[in-house]
Amino acid sequence: MLRFFIVSVVLALVVFESCFSGKTKYEAIRVRGSDSEVNLVQALAENYMDTHELVSVGVTGGGSGAGIAALINNKTDLANSSREISEEELYFAKKRNIDPYEIVFAMDALAVIVHADNPADSITLRDLGRLYSGKMGNWQEISGLNEAVILYGRQSSSGTYIFFREFVVKDEYDTSMIGMSGTAQIVEAIRKDKKGIGYVSSGYLDEKVLQNLKVLKIKANEHSPAYSPLEKTTIISGDYPITRPLLQYTNGRPTGTLLDFIRYQFSPEGAEIIESNGFYPVAPGELMAELKK
Amino acid sequence: MKAVFALAGLFTIFVLLGILALLVTNGMKAFNHIPFSSFFNSSYWNPAALGEPSYGLWQLLWSSLMVTAGALVIAIPLGIGTAAYLSEVASARIRNVVKPIIEILAGIPSVAIGFIGIVLIGPAIADLFRLNNGFNALNGAILLAFMSLPTIISVSEDAMQAVPKSFREGSYALGGNKWITLTKVVLPASASGIIAACILGFGRAIGETMTVLMVTGNATAMPDSFFDPVRTLTATIAIELGEVPYDSPHYYALFVLGILLFLISLAVNFISEWVASRYRYKVS
Repeated sequence: MLRFFIVSVVLALVVFESCFSGKTKYEAIRVRGSDSEVNLVQALAENYMDTHELVSVGVTGGGSGAGIAALINNKTDLANSSREISEEELYFAKKRNIDPYEIVFAMDALAVIVHADNPADSITLRDLGRLYSGKMGNWQEISGLNEAVILYGRQSSSGTYIFFREFVVKDEYDTSMIGMSGTAQIVEAIRKDKKGIGYVSSGYLDEKVLQNLKVLKIKANEHSPAYSPLEKTTIISGDYPITRPLLQYTNGRPTGTLLDFIRYQFSPEGAEIIESNGFYPVAPGELMAELKK
Repeated sequence: MKAVFALAGLFTIFVLLGILALLVTNGMKAFNHIPFSSFFNSSYWNPAALGEPSYGLWQLLWSSLMVTAGALVIAIPLGIGTAAYLSEVASARIRNVVKPIIEILAGIPSVAIGFIGIVLIGPAIADLFRLNNGFNALNGAILLAFMSLPTIISVSEDAMQAVPKSFREGSYALGGNKWITLTKVVLPASASGIIAACILGFGRAIGETMTVLMVTGNATAMPDSFFDPVRTLTATIAIELGEVPYDSPHYYALFVLGILLFLISLAVNFISEWVASRYRYKVS
């Protein structure tokens, strides 16, 4: 959270400063949404602004829900979202004459983390779901230790919260799950809690972060091999089971400067930034091909 | 001149009524979509559910009251004790140094206090009570106690200072020592002010949002003790208001929580007025 504050303050200063630098014809793009995407899009925006001096791209977080709500309320040009727009949100968008247009600009893998002292090594998707829905409240079956499981998750404004619930839990989260404000807070809590388990975007995990933590390998089912999200090849090959598209929504088909920024995200330079942030670039699909015309 | 002051007063009332009107009109719309009973016949709050949304608010209400009560249990004895020391025992020099320092405490932003809760108080509680983590009601209560202390101390001290000197002199003339003068004369005489101080402290604690959001864990399970995570009314509004589309049942449901918070403050204020007036009567 703190980081986002700093980012937005710095941005505000940059915008402020450039307003007085005597340039005319100044264009601003407002980007809001997913906390999982905010650092990545921030990096993309900074590099984009290096070569496009007359454009300012302001990126803020707040969660996927906040981004989509901002798009519906016409308070952002580009909504970052780590989940798909919901039926309800589409309904309210239509009501307000907003036509959400979906863009997949990168892939992400979700990693499941536990304390380094936890003897467990891997877990099946089904057991993971049972842990988070409260149907299995004990580590016994997974690590052999007869200890209660302490669940750490995100708050409901997070796209990761929604995606994990739909894709893994497939039920309501257990009410004992602690709702953290951000990825960093989950990592911090798991480091101190030997009975804890949490989910975070794999892009967030580098060597520094991994201290005192263990990333569980995931099995799609009991008979399939276990894959780690730390090996990039397993994610690119699609073997790692918990991957998700990172999305962006615009109001209608993007045009002008906004389109130019979106295209930049698919450029080789953009792909390099996506990779260095721990995510996976995607080929501009049909949507983007259509945009290029 | 008279008109200027009257306008200033009316403006405050206008703002208050405006807030009330906004809360009520938006909150009432919730009942077009959600039956009134569904707020009260369950204690499970999950409006963004995968399946059927659930709007039970007992757990949120209980969480708010629990954290606030815990804060007051810590802050009231500490606050009144400090106020009594400053007013009756400390020399003027010490008072002139200590009181401003206490008032600085009120100026610390709630995010900073929440941060202290995460990195300092939370791990300390976890170590001391051998818990898995420090995200619980106790952590919130301790931090809120710190946040309501300046209010309680400042207002109580003013009330004690307002007790006429002749009251104390009468007590000393009858052979009372400092302790008897404090407990039998100054405290009863300033009781209405002290109660007002505690009520203001309550208001500070129940309305606080950022700090509790950061440290209490926000789990939706009914807490059994102060060592369980809780999710307060204020934290729920703060977490969810950013994600709801305008004009949805969920959006209006959050206003119902706002009305509830408003009603709690209103009720507590009425009770304090009533208690204070009874005390005043007894002393005179």
